Amino acid sequence: MATSRIQRAVSGLQEWFNYRAAAFGPMYRKHMSEYWAPKNFNLWYYFGSLALLVLVNQIVTGIFLTMHFKPSAADFAPGISQAFASVELTIMRDVEWGWLIRYMHSTGASAFFIVVYLHMFRGLLYGSAQKPRELVWLLGMLIYLVLMAEAFMGYVLPWGQMSFWGAKVIISLFGAIPMVGDSLVEWIMGDYLPADATLNRFFALHVVALPLVLLLLVVLHLAALHEVGSNNPEGIDIKKKKDANGKPLDGIAFHPYYTVKDLFGVGFFLTICAFVIFFEPTVNGWFLEHDNFIAADRLVTPAHIKPVWYYTPYYAMLRVVPDKLFGVLTMFAAIAILFLVPWLDRSPVKSYRYRGWISKVALALFAFSFIWLGKIGAGPGTDPVETIVGRVLTFIYFAFFITMPLWTKSDSTKPVPERVPAHD
Amino acid sequence: MIKNAMTKLGLSLAVALTSIAPAALANSGGGMPPANTRPDNIAQVQRGAKLFFNYCVGCHSLQFVRYSRLADDLGLSEDQVMQNLNFTGAKFGDTVVSSMPAADAAVWFGKAPPDLSLEGRSKGPDWVYNYLKSFYVDHSRPLGWNNVVFPGASMPNVLWEMQGSQHATFEPKQKKQEKCSGTPAEGCNNGVREVEVCAEGKTEIDGKCLVHLEVAAAGTQNAQQFDETVRDLTAFLQYAAEPAALQRQKLGAWVVLYLAFFTFLAWLLKKEYWKDVH
Repeated sequence: MATSRIQRAVSGLQEWFNYRAAAFGPMYRKHMSEYWAPKNFNLWYYFGSLALLVLVNQIVTGIFLTMHFKPSAADFAPGISQAFASVELTIMRDVEWGWLIRYMHSTGASAFFIVVYLHMFRGLLYGSAQKPRELVWLLGMLIYLVLMAEAFMGYVLPWGQMSFWGAKVIISLFGAIPMVGDSLVEWIMGDYLPADATLNRFFALHVVALPLVLLLLVVLHLAALHEVGSNNPEGIDIKKKKDANGKPLDGIAFHPYYTVKDLFGVGFFLTICAFVIFFEPTVNGWFLEHDNFIAADRLVTPAHIKPVWYYTPYYAMLRVVPDKLFGVLTMFAAIAILFLVPWLDRSPVKSYRYRGWISKVALALFAFSFIWLGKIGAGPGTDPVETIVGRVLTFIYFAFFITMPLWTKSDSTKPVPERVPAHD
Repeated sequence: MIKNAMTKLGLSLAVALTSIAPAALANSGGGMPPANTRPDNIAQVQRGAKLFFNYCVGCHSLQFVRYSRLADDLGLSEDQVMQNLNFTGAKFGDTVVSSMPAADAAVWFGKAPPDLSLEGRSKGPDWVYNYLKSFYVDHSRPLGWNNVVFPGASMPNVLWEMQGSQHATFEPKQKKQEKCSGTPAEGCNNGVREVEVCAEGKTEIDGKCLVHLEVAAAGTQNAQQFDETVRDLTAFLQYAAEPAALQRQKLGAWVVLYLAFFTFLAWLLKKEYWKDVH
């Protein structure tokens, strides 16, 4: 008796919704229960859902941080700003569990870049940017671009030494632009130095404007992906072989197969993150820099100004190029060129599994140059030998993209099977 | 084969990206002897607190440390804290502010003594430990003291009663041939340049090389006792820089264990669902 009454209530509720929101059912099927994902996703395919998880983490922890953070460079005590004190006294000490929220947010920022870099590398590895997924790649690159701006502004907020001097160095890059450079720098900062006005506007952009843009782009990125379907490690188009109902033979429903698989990935990822958060939240100065535990002081320049690790490959390029304007252009070009990958890759096959040795060596060299540049950018930048190495690596980085049409076209390929062999 | 090779490449990249961090910047101690502090050793931190409030708080504040929090974390009562650690008449819930006016201090020392709330994090415990042990008598300095770890420090050795006064022995720099590239005008002759440097491992201070420090006039403690004193003080500053460290390390093991167990369950669930996928 009771069961049937509950059943009736549930189906009644369902009907109520279906009548008023008829589009929800088909939408759920399109994106979850009847989104046919290739059955052979491997390790590399966890990073998309993990990026989404970190985004949610950043937003939720960020909301709680905003409740206690004060975006003010005014004095809390002589030499200590209210912003710095609200992080290091209020959030880290006075607010119950404030330290946990802050470490989740700071670790999340670095974790975001780790998963996004791996996610992007996956795209290169399996030719995911190729037709018909150009739009997916472009939207993804926009996300990366906005994410870098978002992280930079977030790093300025605690108003420590590295916040202040990092902001000064990075904003002054715009000063390299001829004619308008100096006025542009003042316009961005709202002052002659990073100051209260800068902190306030960065706070507004960091907590309202850029997150909105990010969310919109993520929705578009997923919508564009679900329109064309996911690629896979074999680079086989699973839509070519369908059963009588129009379901790809090598496809499986995203939900429950990949939701449950991603849940495992989430567990593994969170375990590692928890280890960092609870036992080594600064990661020896890589996630939270030592100098940022000193309140901003515009009269004392730190011995060694450097951005957080996720920008250091580009920062290295900026430093090894002798001319400031040309250095800035190189740095921006390094990011801009990533947008062109769908049109630079001329290979007739997608996945590197079916490409020749030239493509493999090229990709390995590229990855190697990016990581080594990151190491150089994080160092003091005083070693002249390192500067030359940095130039060679910058050359490799650009050569990888510029020559891509040539070697992707001429490299040998192996025939791609019509069906996915078996899931990994 | 290829698949395996690519997966391996991928995995090694992933490992490289995540492990480059700790490997490349393991220099926070800068080759100094380690402090070997134990901030979870409450007795050590308590002794350090006593030292701090006897020797340091006259000049240095702890703007981010509340007396009440000290009581909680160090297992002390309100009375104990207010009678033994609070000499400024501050309220129990107040933060530790030095009684020395910052403006006067800047005149007396040339620079206002910095707030030490986060010193244990910005400089790190090894630096603090070695800094406090490295004062020596130097009559050329305004207050008669200099420091090997931080040459030209404005601060005198406030712990001299215990340590005694150290004297430094210096040797001049040695001439050395160094390879170079450049013109004779830049001092480079036939690819060789003569430079003056300190021998490997010796610190240069004001153009001289430090040979060693020795206690010339004994203090109330011997070297081993003084090491312990400085270690206690360092442990207190390390605690003060991040009181949450006590909580997070205690809790962390449970969180990691729980998540590992959750991951295991998720893996079982995944295996069950994927039984029919071939």
